[in-house]
Amino acid sequence: MFDRLQNSRNALGLIFMLPAAVLLLLFLTYPLGLGVWLGFTDAKVGRPGEWIGLENYIYLAGDSVTQLALFNTLFYTTVASVLKFFLGLWLALLLNKNLRFKSFFRAVILLPYIVPTALSAIAFWWIFDAQFSIISWALMKMGLIDQYIDFLGEPWNARFSVIAANVWRGVPFVAITLLAGLQTISPSYYEASAIDGATPWQQFRHVTLPLLTPIIAVVMTFSVLFTFTDFQLIYVITRGGPLNATHLMATLSFQRAISGGALGEGAAISIAMVPFLLGAILFSYFGLQRRAWQQGGADK
Amino acid sequence: MNTRFNRRRFLEGSAGVAAAATLGPAATVWAPAVHAQTLTLKPEKGAKLRVLRWSRFVQGDIDAYMINVKKFTEKTGIEVRVDNEGWEDVRPKAAVAANTGAGPDIILSTNDDANLYPDKLLDVTDVAEYIGKKYGGWYPAGQAFLKQDGKRWIGLPLGAAGAMMVYRESQVKAAGFDSFPKDTDTFLKMMKALKEKGTPGGMALGNATGDGLWCNWLIWSFGGKLVDKDNKVVIDSPETLKALEYGKELYATFVPGTLSWLDPNNNKAFLDGQVSVTNNGISIYVAAKNSPDPKLKEMANDIQHAVYPIGPVGESTESTIFFNQMIMKYTKYPQAAKEFLRFMMEKEQFGPWLTGAQAYVATPLHGFADLPIWTVDPKNTPYRDAVKNMRPAGYAGKLGYASAGAAADFIVINMVAEAISGSKPAKEAMERAQKRAERYYKV
Repeated sequence: MFDRLQNSRNALGLIFMLPAAVLLLLFLTYPLGLGVWLGFTDAKVGRPGEWIGLENYIYLAGDSVTQLALFNTLFYTTVASVLKFFLGLWLALLLNKNLRFKSFFRAVILLPYIVPTALSAIAFWWIFDAQFSIISWALMKMGLIDQYIDFLGEPWNARFSVIAANVWRGVPFVAITLLAGLQTISPSYYEASAIDGATPWQQFRHVTLPLLTPIIAVVMTFSVLFTFTDFQLIYVITRGGPLNATHLMATLSFQRAISGGALGEGAAISIAMVPFLLGAILFSYFGLQRRAWQQGGADK
Repeated sequence: MNTRFNRRRFLEGSAGVAAAATLGPAATVWAPAVHAQTLTLKPEKGAKLRVLRWSRFVQGDIDAYMINVKKFTEKTGIEVRVDNEGWEDVRPKAAVAANTGAGPDIILSTNDDANLYPDKLLDVTDVAEYIGKKYGGWYPAGQAFLKQDGKRWIGLPLGAAGAMMVYRESQVKAAGFDSFPKDTDTFLKMMKALKEKGTPGGMALGNATGDGLWCNWLIWSFGGKLVDKDNKVVIDSPETLKALEYGKELYATFVPGTLSWLDPNNNKAFLDGQVSVTNNGISIYVAAKNSPDPKLKEMANDIQHAVYPIGPVGESTESTIFFNQMIMKYTKYPQAAKEFLRFMMEKEQFGPWLTGAQAYVATPLHGFADLPIWTVDPKNTPYRDAVKNMRPAGYAGKLGYASAGAAADFIVINMVAEAISGSKPAKEAMERAQKRAERYYKV
């Protein structure tokens, strides 16, 4: 029996996959399933919920704070991801050149990513402080402003301030990964295109970009997912304020479910994020990984 | 302050009605203990306890607490492990522990946490009655939080992080006021004068769980409230409108940036000399007094404390963070846990602990109001009566999921911030708050 098992490709395959399957089921499928279930109940902390169907979702659809949190999340994700992409690509292209102290710069660029988010968030909290902001202080000293900027007290200022913090933290991930992608592109393509008289822009447009697209797709998928589900930065810097102007779906979900004890409603807010996340993944896989385009052809 | 009137009014309208009614005449609650109290608990053999508590705000608190814990271990042989977490992190951890039936045996938490999962908590009526009778009785707020059904204590009150008006005496005097105003009209005049003098005040309007509670005071001062005693949401009212109109004038006197203020901001701004008046626990004063910086030491001499001004309702309407002590029902050592709480609340331990906390924690028991800590420094005195004068955040309704959820969702603070900053018309802010609160109180 044991011998037969040892010689069966299918049985061995199953056995080898079992640990991974158990981990996935236990730590991914079960929590996700539980979250979906909770979203359909009125569960409270310490009290099992009763099935209430779509009531949580119907309420949330008409709840002005949830609507604002959804808008904030989409705005935050879009603006921060676009900025991270362009800044990251630009940095990657710079670092891909033969610079002096190349290794040093490549290491330094990773620093914002290495610092624990909570710590960098506290630093930004000080940088944007209404009374102690170093930016305001410096601008005052230069005579450019006559009173401190209310970075976190005015809704739009606060939105852009937390986006700035997120971009600062997220750029290294994009830059380093794209740099890795750039280094896989064979120099012979550039030599060949140079012989054909291609300008640097044409080289970038017709050689670099198509070959980098698969990496961009993966990087941006992860970047969008991380940004959409961001929690720590907001929780430390603003707690969702002022006037809920920086509440993201994740922070609102936590506030309602854990601080407020409304597990069902909090779970519903979390689950409401899933379609957006799936949309982002599908877009990146079907939109950005266009094989024909990467190989120099046109989209069909 | 008219505390008798305040207390009576509080009981009439609050969740403490049932609790107080069953206690019989007020004299029973307030009379000092005349009989020796006894309580025999038999800790389980080999018991070990795990306590989760909020991290200290002043060092002396945890130092004194741990000395008491050590004394308990020496006396009983019961090992006690104490974990500290930021006070806002205790709530979710306690909730998860209650939900899963595993975790610390004893949790020191805040506000209406115990009312979220009363069935998951050990009945501590015997300890509460023993301590209450021995030390002159619990203040009504403690009963409103922890003996809501009037029969069963689901936890022991520990006290409250009293929030008072913290101000710079010299700056208030320079603005033309010899003492801190006792009513809201004079308070507004003073705030305007301070602003004109270039020494404005400021109070938190961000999602600040502790310091944002001044918004409750504002609404209650003018007779507004989130819910009535039947838990019906009544925040959209003419009284609330008056409070918001007053708040709008008050906000105009604030230092810029208060809309973003979380709990630590006013401490930082005050200690930096940028704010002349704010609302806070005694921690600003303690930090200044204990600072090695001579400038801060000098500021400490100038810092004074006062109770909140009284509004048109004619009684004190303070809102402050309440501290409880809960024993989780799943504990394997219920007797040991009860014995621990009893031991910690006895005068030999509780007195030095309140003293060590340097008046940061207000007494929940009448019998500890005469400790020297409250009068050794007159600046401590206003904090003594924080539990005595406070209203639970869920005033005037019952505490539970709805009150906790509404508070955690910053409904009142957001409404006040929206209306007084001019971000939304007051009427619209009230309507939004009404709708949001109705969702919670529907349950």
